[in-house]
Amino acid sequence: MKTQYDIEGGNFSKAGFASSEVKRMLKQLNLDIKLIKRVVVAMYEGEVNIVVHAYHGTAEVDVSEKRIRILFTDRGPGIKDIDQAMQAGFSTATEKIREMGFGAGMGLPNIKAHADELNISSTPGKGTQVEIICYIKKDHQNT
Amino acid sequence: MKKDAFHHALKIDTDLCIGCANCMRVCPTEALRVQGGKARLEANHCIDCGECFRHCPVNAIIIEQDDFSQTRNYKYRVAIIPAVFTGQFPEDITTEEIHSSLMHLGFTHIYEAESAVDLVFKKQQQTLNSGKVATPAISAFCPAIVRLIQVKFPSLVPHILPVKPPLDVSAAYYLRKLKDQGVYDKDVGIFYVTPCAAKIAAVKSPVGEEASCINGVINMDFLYNKVYTLIRQKKDDFCAIPDRQQLSSMDILWSLTNGEKEHVANRSLAIDGINNVTAFLERVENDEIANIDFLELRSCDESCAGGVLTGGNRFLTAERLRKRAAKAPINNVKDILRYQKDLMKQISTNPVEPRSMLILDNDVSSAIRKMKQIQSTMERLPRVDCTVCGAPSCHALAKDVVQGKASIRQCIFIQKRLEQKDMMDKNESLDILRDIWGKPKLDKNR
Ligand SMILES: Nc1ncnc2c1ncn2[C@@H]1O[C@H](COP(=O)(O)OP(=O)(O)OP(=O)(O)O)[C@@H](O)[C@H]1O
Ligand SMILES: [Mg+2]
Repeated sequence: MKTQYDIEGGNFSKAGFASSEVKRMLKQLNLDIKLIKRVVVAMYEGEVNIVVHAYHGTAEVDVSEKRIRILFTDRGPGIKDIDQAMQAGFSTATEKIREMGFGAGMGLPNIKAHADELNISSTPGKGTQVEIICYIKKDHQNT
Repeated sequence: MKKDAFHHALKIDTDLCIGCANCMRVCPTEALRVQGGKARLEANHCIDCGECFRHCPVNAIIIEQDDFSQTRNYKYRVAIIPAVFTGQFPEDITTEEIHSSLMHLGFTHIYEAESAVDLVFKKQQQTLNSGKVATPAISAFCPAIVRLIQVKFPSLVPHILPVKPPLDVSAAYYLRKLKDQGVYDKDVGIFYVTPCAAKIAAVKSPVGEEASCINGVINMDFLYNKVYTLIRQKKDDFCAIPDRQQLSSMDILWSLTNGEKEHVANRSLAIDGINNVTAFLERVENDEIANIDFLELRSCDESCAGGVLTGGNRFLTAERLRKRAAKAPINNVKDILRYQKDLMKQISTNPVEPRSMLILDNDVSSAIRKMKQIQSTMERLPRVDCTVCGAPSCHALAKDVVQGKASIRQCIFIQKRLEQKDMMDKNESLDILRDIWGKPKLDKNR
């Protein structure tokens, strides 16, 4: 099942909207609560990164019985050095953004910790794609 | 997923119901539908918050109480009354007068529910500090909130602080006290005067507790009228009240908004109103709420002062209680403390079980399939949430359709489209509307 969400760069008051919607959807599928949490936390970070760092983006969410896949695609500055961006604490966020409570440089590491797979590709000056996958294992089902 | 029916205090009187759908539109758990011109309640979704009761224009929602005459079955008749009961009365009426009238009405003992607040507070603090409950910890005081979390926020069930509300502890204390005086268990009838439907449901089918030691529940509006009439009739005729006990300021304010929060040393928030609470719980569930240790959540606006069975204005009730609290003793040693050791042993609740009403199917693949069907059904629906289909929203109809509980042809927009394509005639469309809203509403001679 596929759904798609628009994510507007710079709109901080709506940051978290898409992940909240996805949470509401996953709650209906009798999945393990911990799995839902992992997906939502990872998705939230990806969503916020578009709001904070990019101009505009989309999140495509695909749910099958095997896995939940989220693909973020944005138009934005892109990431020059992905390995560096992955390091805990690395951030290019401005002082202003830090004051708003973002920019600790923990978002991508947090995705890595919560997702089963994380794939990032980026073209500096154009945009970024972030793919997050969480697998639904048999023991993730509540019976 | 548990599917057993739960006791509900809220019932629909189908003779009175005019099928106006007001209740359906305000229900926070989408537990109501209109069928055959009458509201119908989905028992597993109802949390007894009473919003429907509040909005019914013809009093067709009834809150089932125990027959007052039942009190007569007991030799010792204990009325456990919450502080908001006395808060209902005009200021020239004293607490003594109110209690005295309750004695006149046949109770042998009057006890205020909040007398056990000290013990509850102590246990709450202990449990909070033990770190055993997920943070933010959520107070179990309001039974509608506990039920809301069970059905709509199952992942937050571990946040519920497993400490009974003062009412239960007060009832246990009084029973114990009378037994110590040589009274037989079976001779004691403990009756709770309730400000809301949720407390009734909590007494009749407790969550996280085997059985309640409360024998019956009397609705506050019913008793208010009786007491008020009595006081106005014979102003001077006082009745002696056995072992009268004084509430402290903290006790009196406990059931109002901020009543619990006020005393929690840790960072805490108090939120009242079921929709405010729901919105906040969404954020808690998203892990967006950091560094808050304790949440006092109450279903009613102004908490229990705004209970659906309180007749008085909630703001005035709260004001009166604040005035009473200002005059209350700060340090009074209560009799209940004699039993502290024993009562503390039974003050914790068992873990609360989630019972999600959201899950479409126990089998994940079937649930995903149904979700897809809901999504495609939604694409055909107008998303105006007009409720003409007899469901509270387009999404609720889509869900009902996929679960085989409704037909998409109930949607008036779909009907118009089908009529236009000659796929439905006017009579069929009228028949469908009749099935939903009842014959009289579509009678052309009306
Ligand atoms: N979608 C994106 N577009 C452009 N740059 C990005 C994007 N996502 C991340 N980055 C870059 O990677 C860095 C690290 O991202 P990460 O999410 O780990 O931390 P942060 O967003 O700076 O802070 P935090 O997530 O803790 O609020 C960012 O500072 C930014 O330079
Ligand atoms: Mg980030």
